[in-house]
Amino acid sequence: MTQGRGDTIFALSSGAPPAGIAVIRVSGPDARSALEALAGRVPAPRQASLGLLQDPVDGSALDRALLLWLPGPATVTGEDMAELHCHGGRAVVAAVESALAALAGLRRADPGEFTRRAFENGRMDLNAVEGLADLLAAETQSQRRAALAMVEGHFSRRVDDWRRRLLDLSAMAEAALDFSDEDDVPDDAIEGRIGDAVAAMMREVGAVLAAPSAERLRDGVRVVLAGPPNAGKSTLLNALVGRDAAIVSDIAGTTRDRIEIPVAIDGIAYLFTDTAGLRADSQDAVEAIGIDRARAALDAADIILWLGKADDLPRPDAILVAAQSDRAGTARPGLCLSALTGEGLDALRALLHRRASALLPGEGDHALHARQRQRVGQLFAHLQSAVATNDLLVAAEELRLARGAIDALTGRAGTEDMLDSLFAAFCIGK
Amino acid sequence: MQTSYDVIVVGGGHAGCEAAAAAARKGAQVALLTFARATVGAMSCNPAIGGLGKGHLVREVDALDGLIARAADEAAIHYRMLNSSKGAAVQGPRVQADRKRYRAAIHRLLDAQDGLAIVEGEADSLLLSDGAVAGVGLADGRTLRASAVVLATGTFLGGRLFRGDERNEGGRIGERAATTLGLQLRAMGLPIARLKTGTPPRLDGRTVDWGELETQPSDGEGWTMSPLTPARILPQLSCAITRTNDETHRIIREGLGRSPLFSGAIEGRGPRYCPSIEDKVLRFGDRDGHQIFLEPEGLDDALVYPNGISTSLPTDVQVAMLRSMTGLERVDIVVPGYAVEYDHIDPRALDASLAVRDVAGLFCAGQINGTTGYEEAAAQGLVAGSNAAAWAAGDAAMILDRATSYIGVMIDDLVLQGVTEPYRMLTARAEYRLRLRADNAETRLGAIGLRHGLIGPGRAARLAERARVRALVDADLAQVMTASALTRAGAPVRQDGARRSLFEWARFPEVDAALLLDLAPALREAPGDLRAEMLEDAHYAPYLQRQDAEIAELRRNERVLIPADFDYRRIGGLSTEMIERLDAARPDTLAAAARIRGITPAALAAILVHIRREAA
Repeated sequence: MTQGRGDTIFALSSGAPPAGIAVIRVSGPDARSALEALAGRVPAPRQASLGLLQDPVDGSALDRALLLWLPGPATVTGEDMAELHCHGGRAVVAAVESALAALAGLRRADPGEFTRRAFENGRMDLNAVEGLADLLAAETQSQRRAALAMVEGHFSRRVDDWRRRLLDLSAMAEAALDFSDEDDVPDDAIEGRIGDAVAAMMREVGAVLAAPSAERLRDGVRVVLAGPPNAGKSTLLNALVGRDAAIVSDIAGTTRDRIEIPVAIDGIAYLFTDTAGLRADSQDAVEAIGIDRARAALDAADIILWLGKADDLPRPDAILVAAQSDRAGTARPGLCLSALTGEGLDALRALLHRRASALLPGEGDHALHARQRQRVGQLFAHLQSAVATNDLLVAAEELRLARGAIDALTGRAGTEDMLDSLFAAFCIGK
Repeated sequence: MQTSYDVIVVGGGHAGCEAAAAAARKGAQVALLTFARATVGAMSCNPAIGGLGKGHLVREVDALDGLIARAADEAAIHYRMLNSSKGAAVQGPRVQADRKRYRAAIHRLLDAQDGLAIVEGEADSLLLSDGAVAGVGLADGRTLRASAVVLATGTFLGGRLFRGDERNEGGRIGERAATTLGLQLRAMGLPIARLKTGTPPRLDGRTVDWGELETQPSDGEGWTMSPLTPARILPQLSCAITRTNDETHRIIREGLGRSPLFSGAIEGRGPRYCPSIEDKVLRFGDRDGHQIFLEPEGLDDALVYPNGISTSLPTDVQVAMLRSMTGLERVDIVVPGYAVEYDHIDPRALDASLAVRDVAGLFCAGQINGTTGYEEAAAQGLVAGSNAAAWAAGDAAMILDRATSYIGVMIDDLVLQGVTEPYRMLTARAEYRLRLRADNAETRLGAIGLRHGLIGPGRAARLAERARVRALVDADLAQVMTASALTRAGAPVRQDGARRSLFEWARFPEVDAALLLDLAPALREAPGDLRAEMLEDAHYAPYLQRQDAEIAELRRNERVLIPADFDYRRIGGLSTEMIERLDAARPDTLAAAARIRGITPAALAAILVHIRREAA
């Protein structure tokens, strides 16, 4: 009942995070294997059950979620479907989505694609059909908002500049291919000029791609407090955010799950994560899950405050904090700090500020959203291939695909635009 | 005289001739209606056939057993493969053709075609019955009956000639316009607009100082336009090249006030890629000169066609500007250049079979659809003629899509996007350019042609033989070899441990042609053109595979048909602009709707669901 479509799509079908619950839907022939890959099992059809989602690549825990297995054709899309009801935090949703995207045969759904599959497979009843006008209007609204955001931003000017340059470069390549018999079109020199210009543009696109993402700006710089149990992580967290966000006790392993606290300090948004103390020998299953999550948080951290031994630094750039300096009698390496006396806190805040500023886009820079980043990444890849080839025909094909990536960013399109550019630049025709 | 036919073709230009011949090949009884038999097969503008993009069309028409390539070979006096240093996908075969011999070749091919009669007369009106075509009424009162009519009237519908302040009604110099038919089409409510084109003066070659000029000889390769032509036939001539200069530009600028292009007399839009010399001087005033090709019109004809200097300036200005150029100091004009403005139908009124959507049995091809060029005309003629015959016989139409052919690209562009200037084929228009090559037209279209009964026995035998040899080569190229095995065989490829088929290895620069011939002996037995085609396929295979995904999506959406009377207004949420564009183009399929500018995925989803609901 899947009408021969080979690929499986997924999308967040509930509202944008953060929310209480996030529902991620998967539809297509690989929905079942996606469930198996993430949850390790497939629950009985149409029965919700609780399961642990893990990243199939490294086995790290993603979330404990409600799982639904809905074999086709009696589903919304008419295809095999899976639903993952996760916790609605941005980090969780992003992690689950990227784990799904990494599976073979799965990709993010295009706008309207679930609906379209439902239509195609005859799974849309008349009421739903009547509701389509609303859907259309809603989509237009969101597009308008997105377009407005683009128009106001530096990014849109930049993309527009790329688009214009790409059209010119395409026009040059097409002129060399379609009008090589015209004396107005320089023949040999043009290939070198195209190559140089594409390489220059590739570098610019690469720089934008390397810049911090919009999620960082919106969600805050991720600062993870980590270290062995009972090192004073939760105490430090409370001191930094200025309130009792985490339970503090002298019992090792008090923090069993990771605690996320968004807070702004000196105009910069942070997302502080307090983690379960890392120890390899925990007998407590729940605590073990917490430790897995701590490791995942460490991987995703922008800045790590390490409250353990200098020899165990999880990353070379982690900030070594000698916490509980009021307790320890002997001097230890690292930033001396006492959350109780306030010693070193200002120095730590200043250090965080310096590190975070470097991570955030500067004034006038644009930070990319995940979807934009994906398109810009495609653009970069096509430019790279265009530079790598010495066959003008292949370069022109890569430039065509690059135009497709830009069009997907801006919603504009067309060969005609390129031809307009071509005819404006060269005197062509006999 | 026979007065009842299956198909009547109005017009004997490149579109009309291919239409008549294609319809007759399908077994229809065909009348080719023309003002004068002698003008059938005339090349009314430059004496060249093919070129970049256009050469692809010629090969495709030939692959469907059309006339143009074989006639071009019979008349060719200069061959040139444009872009010969680039990939095969953008190589453009082009010939200069002897005008008289080309016309003679077309006549011979038409005469040899069973079921095809040339009828002299002026088409005065379309005969209709219940909104469907019933035949054609002639100016002398005769009527011809047929259930399908192909209009291939070129620039003759409402044609008007301009030169300086001279005005003439006509479609070509010395020939009258088809005025009443144009009026009737307007009266029928068909969307009609004006376009203009131009032609340069014709020179007396005996007054050109050839010794002063750079020449361009015919290329030395032995290729021909049609693979059915075994070798080049006529002796080959050279073209010569001159240039405009500052003095030429000064003369043109001073004459601009007397050009109908700039006095507002011409309302139609001209093509950007075939601009008049007036346009070139105005729009690109910074250039110090523009190249002019002096092309011989025939082996035994002194006429010379100066390619690149189309103009409608007054005759005295034309003489002065020509004589300012090297080699043309003493040149005489035989026929001065002129501009022609003519009616065309907004091609969005047609469907992909080139049938007029609102008049059953009426088909249009060539300049009447807003295109320019012999090759574009011939390609549409073949499709319109074939589909007119199919209509008359109650058979399915032949629809070529963008993934099969340049013909498909062109027709899709025309019927979906319409035209704002005369449409010319360019390789840049084809998104699947890497697979739509001039050298593989037979492979792409042979089977389609056979299925639609367009292929004669001679070509069918050739296709069968090629398919047989291709299968042998495919089998040889399918053998899998490791990198080390290949190195032992003599190709120093990188030892990445990979196992690849010989087809995949063929694109590695270390694997040269000689080695491939050793490893795949069937390749050695294959004819040279087939071998070159298959190696080119191998060379671009990764890109072709990537395009397969795009094409699969296209084909999937093409299976979703949109009813002809679908009412877009009833879909809530579509913008007025979307509705206007969809209404004008009336896409046949969801894929076609997706290609119309400004149609969003949500709009497509809405259209889809309404189709499903109406079908339920």
